[in-house]
Amino acid sequence: MPILTSLLAGLVFGIGLILSGMADPAKVLGFLDLAGRWDPSLALVMAGAVGVGLLAFAIARRRRASFLGLPMRLPTARHIDGRLVGGSVMFGIGWGLAGFCPGPALVALGMGQVKAAIFVGAMLAGMGVFELLERRAASSAAKA
Amino acid sequence: MSVDWNAFTPATALAGGALVGIAAAVFALFNGRIAGISGVLGGLLRPAKGDLGWRVAFVLGLVAAPLAYAAFAAVPEPRIDAGWGDLVIAGLLVGVGTRYGSGCTSGHGVCGLSRLSPRSLAATAAFMGAGFATVFVVRHLIAA
Repeated sequence: MPILTSLLAGLVFGIGLILSGMADPAKVLGFLDLAGRWDPSLALVMAGAVGVGLLAFAIARRRRASFLGLPMRLPTARHIDGRLVGGSVMFGIGWGLAGFCPGPALVALGMGQVKAAIFVGAMLAGMGVFELLERRAASSAAKA
Repeated sequence: MSVDWNAFTPATALAGGALVGIAAAVFALFNGRIAGISGVLGGLLRPAKGDLGWRVAFVLGLVAAPLAYAAFAAVPEPRIDAGWGDLVIAGLLVGVGTRYGSGCTSGHGVCGLSRLSPRSLAATAAFMGAGFATVFVVRHLIAA
């Protein structure tokens, strides 16, 4: 059952991205281009998503188990550090270069877009680099 | 700044955003988890026990979204202007950055802001700011 609701969530998420126009990098870049001819659409996508999300997480916060009886694994971290900000800045630069963030890239991959496949391949490689660096840092910390 | 009213699509942006919010709500309330695409995808490179199924299902849902969308309406063709080199660099930056920053547009932007998390607000401000700055540099400084 959790696999089914997960599939459904991914599907609805992707349909929302297509309908909103966010699966189209040209439209995303139109929002990020404040100094050009600006397309404010993405702000309304966020407003629509956060509007629903506020309600959902207000309910989720009060629960100890999910509707399926699974433990609630909502984040508890509150610290703002260089890792968070530096990583996010890196992500933002990549986002601004291509107009793709992870979700829309996977949706565009499903449209059979070769360029989306290249982006997703590079993104997975980047995530792999992160894993390697994390493991190396963990093992050198264990030795020290 | 001048607004491109012809490109602005408020109705589909809000409706698509609401669908994204509903998907995040389903995932939080039924699976007890944050619908953060970079986290779901990145976790596949370090699969914990019992973790693989729902992660693959969520990603499959995203990739299959265009197929489901096509049952209701024609899927709009995305425009990807970035060249291959830029796509590779952007993908690497997005991959490494989202993992160090613990999230992307979905995890920090949609879910984090819905949870009123100061940490996610900081991350969202960082990647949005970097995205705005990057597009400004690429379109108005380098191209000019």
